[in-house]
Amino acid sequence: MRLRARLKARIRAFFDATQTLEVDTPALSLAAPTDPHIAGLQTGLSVLPGRRIYLQSSPEFPMKRLLAAGVGDCWQLARVFRDGERGRRHNPEFDLLEWYRIGIDHHDLMDEVEALLTALVRPERPVEPAERWSYQEAFRRFAGVDPLAAAMHELRAAAAGAGLAPVDGLEDDDRDGWLDRLLTGAVTPRLPRDRPVFLYDWPASQAALARLDPADARVAHRFELYWGELELANGFHELADATEQRDRFEADLARRDALGLQRPPIDEALLAALESGLPECAGVALGFDRLAMVTAGVDTIDAVLAFPVERS
Amino acid sequence: MASYSTNEFKGGLKIMLDGDPYAIVENEFVKPGKGQAFNRVKVRNLKTGRVIERTFKSGESVEAADVIDTEMQYLYTDGEYWHFMDPNSFEQIAADRTAVGESAKWLREQDTVEITLYNGEPLTVTAPKLVDLRITQTDPGVRGDTAQGGTKPAVLETGAEVKVPLFIEEGEVIRVDTRKGEYVSRVKE
Repeated sequence: MRLRARLKARIRAFFDATQTLEVDTPALSLAAPTDPHIAGLQTGLSVLPGRRIYLQSSPEFPMKRLLAAGVGDCWQLARVFRDGERGRRHNPEFDLLEWYRIGIDHHDLMDEVEALLTALVRPERPVEPAERWSYQEAFRRFAGVDPLAAAMHELRAAAAGAGLAPVDGLEDDDRDGWLDRLLTGAVTPRLPRDRPVFLYDWPASQAALARLDPADARVAHRFELYWGELELANGFHELADATEQRDRFEADLARRDALGLQRPPIDEALLAALESGLPECAGVALGFDRLAMVTAGVDTIDAVLAFPVERS
Repeated sequence: MASYSTNEFKGGLKIMLDGDPYAIVENEFVKPGKGQAFNRVKVRNLKTGRVIERTFKSGESVEAADVIDTEMQYLYTDGEYWHFMDPNSFEQIAADRTAVGESAKWLREQDTVEITLYNGEPLTVTAPKLVDLRITQTDPGVRGDTAQGGTKPAVLETGAEVKVPLFIEEGEVIRVDTRKGEYVSRVKE
């Protein structure tokens, strides 16, 4: 608890020093992310009868609305909620540190993430300089396969070659599913354990809310930060094109239909904001609880929570 | 048939895989923030005891195994089967050598053991972790030699043989760790 308080004070000092505005956005929302891999929690309000209310899984959409309205560089430490996520590194509610910078791309933002991480963690333990790998390089080196070019049978063979058991329920032609299997089974377990590592330029099929690389449409301007196997942050050079964003939401919903999942309402307010003009920017979400895990040198999220969900 | 979703996975849960009953030893939830979630589990085959790793796409369902752990009283053995009784229903069951395994040498009549039943049949018999048994045969004790740490073989009333410290006498009762097959302490009567 004391460590969490110290980390929050350091976060505030870091953003004060860079003249970044702390903002607050609602935890309740009438819309929800369409991402098939994020299960939102729902509730209802007596003052809005008949409407589904979603607990935020990230403050990203309302913060982008603020950016489109001209708020400029901004940050927020938000409590977020995701159903079905519980384990050694997951609790269904957790804190996300989310921030946006105008006029930079994902590489510049990686520099800043590293600076913040160092400023937060170094008072407690040494932080070696971060390594940076493209997603493709990391897969070639640790899984022996090119994630952008390989055929499905080659991805499956790479998983078998890395000693990964077959997965019950994973379809043979689920490309992103097999990439995630290789990522979590072969790549991240082999990343250095003593320093931060950025994986950047993710496959376009996993672009999420990142813009595609104008020079290579196979990849998106997205990065993830790892410390050993622990995923700490996810960042984008933000997609600003409202039409492309709507297409991605629709594609997500089609995939949700195929998986028999619920269809959350598309966030029209976000699309309207993109329509009106999102400034060139990059943004990142960093798991605060996991940051506390790294800083404390512990390997369970429960060790940095006052009351994990079973005791909440 | 009952089934479990991966969300219900936890240590001790009994599931069916490839036609055999398994117990989950360890369950790890692995999920990239924006990607596919998996449950990486270690499972023990309840027939062979072998531990293997399996990975499930989260949200999948797995058939539950009709396996229950129950406490029963050991009655006797006829050499081929070991007979046990449910202390509440007085129902009797017989377990063969495969099910009894190493536990056989720690069983004393009237003692309570844990039996794992699969489809109503005994799958494994587990002796209590610690049992107190009388020594029926060992070489004479050496007095005042408690500090030396030497050992000698001793035969227990169940026929099992364990190493005991030199000062232990025939006829004494000792506590034995059945998992390791080791002497733990002397039991004062």
